[in-house]
Amino acid sequence: MPSAAKVLLHPAAKPLVFVLALLPFSWLFYGAYTDTLGANPAEYLLRSTGDWTLRFLCLTLAVTPARTLFKWPALARFRRMLGLFVYFYATLHLLSYSWFDMGFDLEAIVLDIPKRPFILVGFLAFVLLTPMAATSFNRAIKAMGARRWQMLHKAIYAIAALAVLHFFWMRSGKNDFGEVAIYAAILAVLLGWRVANFMKKRAIPSVKSL
Amino acid sequence: MLIKTLSNGFDHPLASEITPQAVYSGRRDMMKLLATGAAGAAMAGWASREAMAQTPRPGKLAVLAGGKSAVQGAITMEKVTSYQDASTYNNFYEFGTDKADPARNAHTLKPTPWTVEVEGLVKKPAKYALEDLMKLSAMEERVYRLRCVEGWSMVIPWVGYSMAELIRKVEPLGSAKYVEFVTQADPKTMPYVGSRVLEWPYVEGLRMDEAMHPLTLLTFGMYGEVLPNQNGAPVRLVVPWKYGFKSGKSLVKIRFTDKEPRTAWNKAAAQEYGFYSNVNPTVDHPRWSQAAERRIGEDGLFAKKRKTLMFNGYEAQVGQLYAGMDLKKFF
Repeated sequence: MPSAAKVLLHPAAKPLVFVLALLPFSWLFYGAYTDTLGANPAEYLLRSTGDWTLRFLCLTLAVTPARTLFKWPALARFRRMLGLFVYFYATLHLLSYSWFDMGFDLEAIVLDIPKRPFILVGFLAFVLLTPMAATSFNRAIKAMGARRWQMLHKAIYAIAALAVLHFFWMRSGKNDFGEVAIYAAILAVLLGWRVANFMKKRAIPSVKSL
Repeated sequence: MLIKTLSNGFDHPLASEITPQAVYSGRRDMMKLLATGAAGAAMAGWASREAMAQTPRPGKLAVLAGGKSAVQGAITMEKVTSYQDASTYNNFYEFGTDKADPARNAHTLKPTPWTVEVEGLVKKPAKYALEDLMKLSAMEERVYRLRCVEGWSMVIPWVGYSMAELIRKVEPLGSAKYVEFVTQADPKTMPYVGSRVLEWPYVEGLRMDEAMHPLTLLTFGMYGEVLPNQNGAPVRLVVPWKYGFKSGKSLVKIRFTDKEPRTAWNKAAAQEYGFYSNVNPTVDHPRWSQAAERRIGEDGLFAKKRKTLMFNGYEAQVGQLYAGMDLKKFF
């Protein structure tokens, strides 16, 4: 069996992940085109693109813990692509809302965002994602400086919290929190691991300083 | 957009505006006119509209034919939603919260034998076997708009008779002010009874005058056949001017009371679902606008949603029930 590093560093690995990440999109596009998304295709597209945004968010945030726990440093090369897919599906989600739900009526959208808290929260998450996506290339890191770039990209934690709140508020009208709890639990574990890791790192120098 | 185009949808007029009232009441005369060919071009449109309202039977379940209804507003001329959509896109939480769940899971429901108990403040409380209840009054076909609180709508040809027929039979006491509708909650046949989403059984209610309104339909069938399980077999309520959740499915008890019943969604989220829940484009749900709706199977993916009508387009028939009431307060 080839080692994990060999698989992860294989030249075909990145294109393969890229194609896999596009599968949900292709499937939704095909379903919309052939009208096989059920009685309410607009609702189906709106919900599915939201689901896939959350799933890619979980995947992206799982990269660093997985890399450390399984000692697969090569996993890091997929993080940026996965992060950009979060933005890709978030954009589709926003587009589905603006187009299928609001008929691209800009006036109505502007009025709708502050009126409905869950839309506001979702929109805020998208706004925070945008500068992250815009600075995802190497030259942006250089131009900003690694420290500032990292600070900006810490916004992903706020985005994760906003995304769960958005989903929670949307489902609260129906008291239907099963799925919300699953995503919340996954994200809590992924963020909790980072907090624990941070405390551990801080604890070590303080022991040394004794 | 400020500039209106055809794709913005259109405000559908009330049925009563399409056909003048004089024409309604003089239907026999008009049929004669049509038959003798003297009706003229203006009436030809009416004749073809009526033909559209006749929907072919899906051929899936037992036939249940309904005669013509004389009730005003009983037949909308709009395009009927496909049986496929109406029977696979359902909110029936006893069988799951996804709208595709009921069609998948409701096969376990046993619509026969079935009894409906009428109790509370009535002179003649009774336990009706389904067969007897079905014979209580003549079945009529009613083509109603159905507006879900979630912002989508359908047009469904129901079969049943006015709830008022049953109410008159059981003779409510003067003290009866409300009617409570209790639906089936059997954990053996309904896999999601017991989930924490709602309190079971699902209970709905109407004010007495609402229950007595001729448009309030005790419903046994749709599309010329008995109700599919996922649509609330074997007997349900249909109140066309209220959001869909007010129309309880698979009824087992009809109770006459002097107090406003605590309804299922009101108990779950009082600030979001009021007792009345009349379709009202000017009173938004806290988390979404109620000004527009998507007609299932008709408004394409890229079409703008159509405007929601006051009382779901039944204002001419039911508006007077709420005269003087603050509908923002009593939502």
